[in-house]
Amino acid sequence: MFRNQYDTDVTTWSPAGRLFQVEYAMEAVKQGSAAIGLRSKTHVVLASVNKANSELSSHQKKIFKVDDHIGVAIAGLTADGRVLSRYMRSECINYSYSYESKLPVGRLVVQLADKAQVCTQRSWKRPYGVGLLVGGLDESGAHLYYNCPSGNYFEYQAFAMGSRSQAAKTYMERKFETFTESSRENLVKDALFALRETLQGEKLTSSICTVAVVGVGESFHILDKETVQALINEFEIAGEEEAPANEAAPQDQGGDAQAGAADQGPTDQGVAPMDI
Amino acid sequence: MIVDSSSPAPTKNSLLLSSEADLQRTQTPYVTGTSVIAIKYKDGILIAADMGGSYGSTLRYKNVERIKPVGKHSLIGASGEISDFQEILRYLDELMLNDSMWDDGNSLGPKEVHNYLTRVMYNRRNKFNPLWNSLILGGVKNGQKYLGTVNMIGVHYEDNHVATGFGNHLARPILREEWNENLTFEEGVKLLEKCMRVLLYRDRSAVNKLQIAKITDEGFTISQPYSLKTQWKFKAFENPTVGAEGSW
Repeated sequence: MFRNQYDTDVTTWSPAGRLFQVEYAMEAVKQGSAAIGLRSKTHVVLASVNKANSELSSHQKKIFKVDDHIGVAIAGLTADGRVLSRYMRSECINYSYSYESKLPVGRLVVQLADKAQVCTQRSWKRPYGVGLLVGGLDESGAHLYYNCPSGNYFEYQAFAMGSRSQAAKTYMERKFETFTESSRENLVKDALFALRETLQGEKLTSSICTVAVVGVGESFHILDKETVQALINEFEIAGEEEAPANEAAPQDQGGDAQAGAADQGPTDQGVAPMDI
Repeated sequence: MIVDSSSPAPTKNSLLLSSEADLQRTQTPYVTGTSVIAIKYKDGILIAADMGGSYGSTLRYKNVERIKPVGKHSLIGASGEISDFQEILRYLDELMLNDSMWDDGNSLGPKEVHNYLTRVMYNRRNKFNPLWNSLILGGVKNGQKYLGTVNMIGVHYEDNHVATGFGNHLARPILREEWNENLTFEEGVKLLEKCMRVLLYRDRSAVNKLQIAKITDEGFTISQPYSLKTQWKFKAFENPTVGAEGSW
């Protein structure tokens, strides 16, 4: 994607019918570190790679509990993600207050999408630069949705976003048909495997990833470090086994190759400080 | 939900009072309905209410439907001020409309509607401008039966059998004795009719024209109006003035 004369304003169409500012916002999502989600009939698992700016700093929080039955993983501008998480929590609690019952995931996601759309149609606003993986449970079962800066949302069986997410997608594409009937343990295992794909050889330990689960009879919660490390050890995922799926890696969007090159790049250290 | 119209700037005195149009606040009821009684039974909920609208001590209106459906899963029965009940029906209509506009397979069940009504009633009470009603909300969703009540001060609860007004005093003791969770439809109707008959004898605002409504997972029906048989031929009622010499 290159600069052109139609990309200054979100309210300017290009002659080809594109809104470049919205597309640039979606690029921001691709620059964030990976986050994946998968669901079975009864559970949803969200997992993310937590990169810290330096060894001295703490990890950026990428997975948020929204309500007992909904959680969200973000990628891109984490500040935008935090603000949207707060909005989601607010909507959930207001609904519970009025109706004494859980806000259906599908409705929350539509409200979120409509909120994002507003920012694509006001000259004094900018689109949210964050992709959200919303996982939750309601009367109609387990759901996983992806909300993007454009205001679109889709429901998924499994999804990955952020840098090197294509590797995770490829892994999940091979296995997604088993997810619906999967047990909770296997679902978490698949999430860890998929996450490992995005690390491209780096060792998977619980200190660089976060895993969260929500399911029937199980409130949304983030698994603690010990549990995750035990699971990693148990499944012997740590990285000794070289996963075969890396041939597809070049398919990563052009932006990703640039991110790879810019890792040792001039000023930014690859990822802009506001994106993790 | 309900948006308040903007109010005039409050004076020092009215700061403690409602901010709503001060022309219409603290009310007294005008046209009122009397008791509503409801029970859970094997397949769902049964609600009974007569069709009277009293104007003070005058039994003025005899064709008032005090039980109405709400969406697919619930029924509402109301006692108290009829005009406030009509207002509540408009609120519920708007609520259910917005709910179905989502068009997403989700729908508000009886629990949600009951809680919504509780919020409305309690909020009005806090503004010293109550909706002068006692409401019963019953329904079935996904096989789960729900029966609750809420009144003008916002007191709300659920139970296997509920009643409003005089029903609390006359019907609920009967229900406490004779209700069980495996009542068939016929047994449930007989039980409600027994309670309604007591109310007919003893409640001055009762009229002998009632409807019984049922709601199950399949849907609802509200019966056509009908009357209860009553028995007045008691010896003690014959020659009522015998023994009463003179006046007083």
